[in-house]
Amino acid sequence: MCGIAGIVNLGHLQPITPDALMRMVSVQQHRGPDETGAYIDDHIGLAHARLSIIDLKDGTQPIHNEDKSLWIIYNGEVFNYPELRQELIQHGHKFYTTSDTEVILHLYEEKGIDCLNELNGQYAFAIWNSKNKTLFLARDRVGILPLFYTIQNQRLYFASEIKAIFSNEEIHRALDLESLDQIFTFWTTLPGKTVFSNIKELPPAHYMLISPNGITTKKYWDMNFLNSKEINNRKSNDFVSEISETLMDAVRIRLRADVPVGTYLSGGLDSSALTETVKKNFNNELRSFGIRFENKNYDEGSFQSEMVDYLGVNHSEIMISNDDIGTNLEDVLWHTEKPLLRTGPIPLYLLSKLVNQSGYKVVLTGEGADEIFGGYDIFKEAKIRNFWAKDPDSKLRPLLLARLYPYIFKDNRLNKTLIAFFKSGIENPDDPFFSHNIRWKNTGKIKNFFSEKVKDSNRNYDSYSELMKLLPAEYFNWDTVTKAQFLESMIFLSNYLLSSQGDRVAMAHSLELRVPYLDHRVIELLGYVNSEIKINGLNEKYILKQVFKDRLPASILNRWKNPYRAPIHKAILNSTMSLVKEYCSEESLKKSGLFETTKVVKLINKLDKSDVASEFDEMALVGIISTQIIYKIFIEDFQYNFAESDTFDQFYDFRSLN
Amino acid sequence: MSRINAVKEFIIENFLFGEEEQLKLETDFFDKGIIDSTGVIELVSFLEETFNISVDDDELIPENLSSLKNIDLFLQKKLNQKVA
Repeated sequence: MCGIAGIVNLGHLQPITPDALMRMVSVQQHRGPDETGAYIDDHIGLAHARLSIIDLKDGTQPIHNEDKSLWIIYNGEVFNYPELRQELIQHGHKFYTTSDTEVILHLYEEKGIDCLNELNGQYAFAIWNSKNKTLFLARDRVGILPLFYTIQNQRLYFASEIKAIFSNEEIHRALDLESLDQIFTFWTTLPGKTVFSNIKELPPAHYMLISPNGITTKKYWDMNFLNSKEINNRKSNDFVSEISETLMDAVRIRLRADVPVGTYLSGGLDSSALTETVKKNFNNELRSFGIRFENKNYDEGSFQSEMVDYLGVNHSEIMISNDDIGTNLEDVLWHTEKPLLRTGPIPLYLLSKLVNQSGYKVVLTGEGADEIFGGYDIFKEAKIRNFWAKDPDSKLRPLLLARLYPYIFKDNRLNKTLIAFFKSGIENPDDPFFSHNIRWKNTGKIKNFFSEKVKDSNRNYDSYSELMKLLPAEYFNWDTVTKAQFLESMIFLSNYLLSSQGDRVAMAHSLELRVPYLDHRVIELLGYVNSEIKINGLNEKYILKQVFKDRLPASILNRWKNPYRAPIHKAILNSTMSLVKEYCSEESLKKSGLFETTKVVKLINKLDKSDVASEFDEMALVGIISTQIIYKIFIEDFQYNFAESDTFDQFYDFRSLN
Repeated sequence: MSRINAVKEFIIENFLFGEEEQLKLETDFFDKGIIDSTGVIELVSFLEETFNISVDDDELIPENLSSLKNIDLFLQKKLNQKVA
């Protein structure tokens, strides 16, 4: 995978300089350490930093078509490129490389924007048509790879990472206070927004056309679910076989690379199923990689070891301590470019380093299975609360929550009080956010820490209304679990799981992630399945378990699902308290002006004195510190290193005044 | 009233971090999300230590703990029992 960047003049008369393009690729060189390339003419500059995975020799970008009227820079992989290439050759297209990049370009030449319907993969790319002066930007269906842009100074700037846009001095840098409201409600920004003012992301499944006639942005694919009359109630073996075959093919085409491909193996169902599929069907020499925690409350080592023994994979693991989390928080935020309410990305940042040091550039991972097959606890929580809502006085129905959350209901004495906590909102099961209201309301309390300035600025702003605008009309006909599934997929999947905890912390160490469960054919097949089948009773990911029932040990198939988490409290408040001293001092809180000092001090004192911390207090702690760090490294004191080389390996210069 | 003031102060300090405004005598801690599961344990430990009482298992119910008013009534009952 790679890093892309570009600048388009929309009326600005100053020429675009190669230096600006060089800065934009240098600052994201971790995404593409192998080669750089650029294209420049009087209207546009395009630049590329390459991580070579397919066509190691000739795939240098930008790549052009036969008459050099179309130019592409591209970050990603299109896994069905050999088949598409064959078709294009039959239509008379001439190729000068064997890369997937060139396939996209010719497919665009052939089909225009409809080319997007034929691509199976993960991508963000830019195609410049120098004849009609039109730029085509596009992003994959699920938002696996990033693409950010801003329109300022009569120019459009775009890049894989925001820091590349910020490397242009004329770009105004500030935090967007509405985005902070979103993050401290939904755990991340809503599609389209970033935490920075005027810096936008092209949402998943969208494309953008920038032409002399104007700028248009459109959606080309929906992660929709059919309404209750049309859904598929098939539980039959035929249907399970169809899913099984599609998943097998999704894995098969994701092993296409000119470098070796490994897997992440945590010991959970999703990564175990994936690793089994690769090892048993495609690569007997498979290498897998996993995370272990010194703190036993977070460690999944026994399941991981069981799978390693069962499959006989060549496995490497990294042991994470509390100190590792605290020490790497700032580096990770440089890559996530967004505040965090949890520390899960940090172990994955360290894991990608291990994989990189092991000589691997690509791994398959299990992301997306929980969203698509129905695996999250919050889906089951919604199901139980919906059942409870039909008989709110029932004493037995809420007890199902104790089965779902044994780690919360660990003290029987507190059951009745805990049930009161989950009863909130039970009287209104038709609320569109019935499934997520408790979580969001609880998270939203962190906004009490905001300074008066932030509170005043957001007084008339409501994140829930913003979210309502993004819901499709069909949403309101879906059942509670399907609604919850959609919300997780739309909000959390791309903007947290695949980015802060996915691409960004992997590419920090030049590692490409591939996610077979998010093959759009798998998503579309599961979209038709009744949620009662996806979660059969309280048995989550029922269909996936059916697919693997004879292929994985019963102990993995039937194990209790633990959400992936990493330590927060003792990791941040360690013996040196260096993060607190640097980012939560009275001076630094005053400088950012984002949080009320007295409240932050009370929170830190409370946590420093105690051995245990509530989920809320931990979220507040990491949320506040990470926002302070983002402010420091991107707004107050933005610094970046140039690459050693200051010339492009491939440079196409078509400026008239050259 | 000093008894309930001590509880109020504890809740403002530990769960609202100084934000007094939203806490009224009848505010429901669970409905408003002021106290979560870990918070209940903190609250009960505070009550036991501060007022030198022992809270029985069957007393750990929302009716006793869900608002300042309910806690006050509960404490009154417990302290009366002690005197008796």
